[in-house]
Amino acid sequence: MALTQHDIDREVTELQDAYDKARAGGAPAAHHPPRDYAPYRSSALRHPKQPLVAVHGDPETVELSGPAFGTTDVTALDNDLTKQHHGEPLGERITVSGRLLDGRGRPVRGQLVEVWQANASGRYAHQRDDHPAPLDPNFTGVGRVLTGDDGSYSFTTIKPGAYPWRNHANAWRPAHIHFSLFGDAFTQRLVTQMYFPNDPLFPYDPILRSVTDESARQRLIATYDHDLSQPEFSLGYRWDIVLDGPSATWIEEGR
Amino acid sequence: MSEQSLMETNGTLPPTPSHTVGPFYGYALPFPDGGEIAPAGHPDTITVHGYVYDGAGDPIPDALLEFWQAAPDGSLTGAPGSLRRDPVTGGYYGRNGVDFTGFGRVPTDADGHYAVRTLPPGGAPYLSVCVFARGLLHHLFTRAYLDEPAGDTLLSGLEPARRETLLARAEADKHRTYRFDIHLQGDKETVFLAFD
Ligand SMILES: [Fe+3]
Repeated sequence: MALTQHDIDREVTELQDAYDKARAGGAPAAHHPPRDYAPYRSSALRHPKQPLVAVHGDPETVELSGPAFGTTDVTALDNDLTKQHHGEPLGERITVSGRLLDGRGRPVRGQLVEVWQANASGRYAHQRDDHPAPLDPNFTGVGRVLTGDDGSYSFTTIKPGAYPWRNHANAWRPAHIHFSLFGDAFTQRLVTQMYFPNDPLFPYDPILRSVTDESARQRLIATYDHDLSQPEFSLGYRWDIVLDGPSATWIEEGR
Repeated sequence: MSEQSLMETNGTLPPTPSHTVGPFYGYALPFPDGGEIAPAGHPDTITVHGYVYDGAGDPIPDALLEFWQAAPDGSLTGAPGSLRRDPVTGGYYGRNGVDFTGFGRVPTDADGHYAVRTLPPGGAPYLSVCVFARGLLHHLFTRAYLDEPAGDTLLSGLEPARRETLLARAEADKHRTYRFDIHLQGDKETVFLAFD
């Protein structure tokens, strides 16, 4: 029998309580989700059980450098997901802007930001997404851009819909946009998801709840920014992204 | 969340948490020739291939692997152009066939298999591998060593059976081809790395 939302909620609460208790006892904050997070069923057989092996970087460590991207890797329209077809996609048009920063608050310049998302109905333009919500012939839901000199990025898109999945009975993902980010070092690589403020599905989603630190969870939620909204055109959301992990410049500075 | 509210008192920003790549990245992240890191027809080209397995020993058909490595001359600057795009159609041109970008990206196929063709790295003899998958909340790093360099601090610090998981094995019956499997969990669990 499929697990119910109630079953999942109970597991999520237990893990949340255990984390909060550990924090109260002085444990350090966990910024990332544990790879072993039972309420997200697919994680069960896909997380290592051995501890990670620490590599103490010297500047020669290959991972302290990373791939380079340039203007040939993107086209001018790649950051406007509403202009990839002849017609306009359905849904609420939005502008999503922010800055890509390293852990010291320095802008990450000229790096590749990739996004993908469901359409306004919550359907991905992907063969294996077969839930009964309409595809939109005017929306694919894939974009990319290079960050500017101040680490800034911006996308024009439509607000994605929530969608069901099969983790448990009546499982729904809150609306989200998938992001893929590169830093100056391969160690800074990040794939994550951006959420929209005040989504009623937050408490029920084991993927969001896998981030057990409340303030870390808040960092996944964009802010509505009226100054980013464009008259007669789009609603604005701001989301800054901070990369983890050392880079060659951190090592040289004696981090 | 504003930058100011993110800044902690010690001058560092807490990172944005990782999330799984999910099941539906397939129309967004992979690109044609993503695994063709070597310039087309280069005589030094090697193939690195294998399978990605879960803890039950089943192949994973929805993993995404990224590769980063030194150029044959040992340089680590890379080059743009891995995802070179066509400004006329908006589609992918593919790599320019000349520059070595050092970067590759391939999804596993329905059998859990992947393959990349590249040039042997100069300097440290490994390809750095970043693993993403549905069910994996935070990516994993490992390395595919093409040979076992004397005095490598990572390899020499591992038990033999664990060390074995990082060694890509030349296949006797195939030309310039190495096998490198990745086990996310289980008896043959691959050594995964943390950088600090
Ligand atoms: Fe999704």
